[in-house]
Amino acid sequence: MSSRYDRQIRFDGIGEKGQEKIVMKHVGIIGAGALGTHVAETLVRAGIGYLSIIDRDYVEYSNLQRQCLYTERDAEDALPKAIAAKKHLEQINQNVHVNAIVGELSGQLFSDKFSICDVIVDATDNFETRLVLNDLAIKYKIPWIFGGCLGSKGLTYSIIPDETPCLSCLMNHMPFSNDSCDLSGVIAPIVEWVATQQVVEVFKLLVEDHSALRGTLLYEDMWTNEHISMNVQTLKNPHCPSCGRHRTHPYLSESKRYRTSVLCGRDTVHIRPEENMKLDMLDMKQKLLKNELPCVDNGFLLHTCIEGHRLILFQDGRALIHNTSDMKWAMKLYKEVIGKLEHA
Amino acid sequence: MNVTINGQDVQLPEHVRTISGIRKHFNIEQALTIIEQNKKIVDKNRYDSQPISDGDRIEIVHFVGGG
Repeated sequence: MSSRYDRQIRFDGIGEKGQEKIVMKHVGIIGAGALGTHVAETLVRAGIGYLSIIDRDYVEYSNLQRQCLYTERDAEDALPKAIAAKKHLEQINQNVHVNAIVGELSGQLFSDKFSICDVIVDATDNFETRLVLNDLAIKYKIPWIFGGCLGSKGLTYSIIPDETPCLSCLMNHMPFSNDSCDLSGVIAPIVEWVATQQVVEVFKLLVEDHSALRGTLLYEDMWTNEHISMNVQTLKNPHCPSCGRHRTHPYLSESKRYRTSVLCGRDTVHIRPEENMKLDMLDMKQKLLKNELPCVDNGFLLHTCIEGHRLILFQDGRALIHNTSDMKWAMKLYKEVIGKLEHA
Repeated sequence: MNVTINGQDVQLPEHVRTISGIRKHFNIEQALTIIEQNKKIVDKNRYDSQPISDGDRIEIVHFVGGG
């Protein structure tokens, strides 16, 4: 074994045997934002064999305060986060096979790219995607590490299919308001705290030391110095639609239509077409310019501007429409741009 | 009433007598939370009726969703 892993091999919990397992293992990370970049960097430095990382967004200056892999250049170039992450991760450790996916998590995508993972790390920023991930991870029997943070608060729980309660079991227990978007901001230390807790649980799973898993829901408020480790095993619900005896995976029934969502705190609408497209960037750029719409491309996505709104179009046909939270209005603009492309 | 919330001693006003009362008092009625009282998770359907007593140890975990 290469000496680059010497310090963690000397650690009893890992050792030579553990490291041999780590280099064979495949970790999936859903989201390449604050949590995703921290988790990815530590796992790649630790020498995991394969990393699959998916993200639907691109790098902006407001990310740099807490998203550790990215640079000002990435923000200037508006690189898709998955692509920028892969670039930097490969500079850190070229032995790790990094598979970057620019897109939004779906059942099909998970089946293609993540169903062979040994463990999945939740680095998403919304509960809607987490509940989809929860159903998928349980369906494919893959352990996944839930993590969330906001302000100075952080939370994490390791979900082991058929053993622990799942996210649906925990969420079912809570009074649920649909509007779970909070605009409180976040400080980097709590991101790093959550990511660290997630990674150490990943290590335990990769070296197959399940007895070392924490087993509790862990909560921290770094500003008010609150620390809770809560046993939630009693919340495992035998009637849970996601993990119970008669599971129906309720969050996997995808609509066949366009999917629109407002990105929390961003004043931005995300649109995903019913089926992934494979758009020709150069062709699209020419068509937009022909329609007298401004256009900047970076090989992965196009920026244009329509009726005062910035619209970012990805190769798979998804779009981000900035400066609006009105989904209908955003869809109208999206269809206008797509229409111009189709009829150019 | 004196209780411990998330490890910190808190004095609650007289009218706060239930778990729902605590949620209202701290203005976290809309927040996603799991609440434990003396090491036992309180069923959300019982928040209105679940009484709190002097010396109770209450833990409130906020389900924060950013990432």
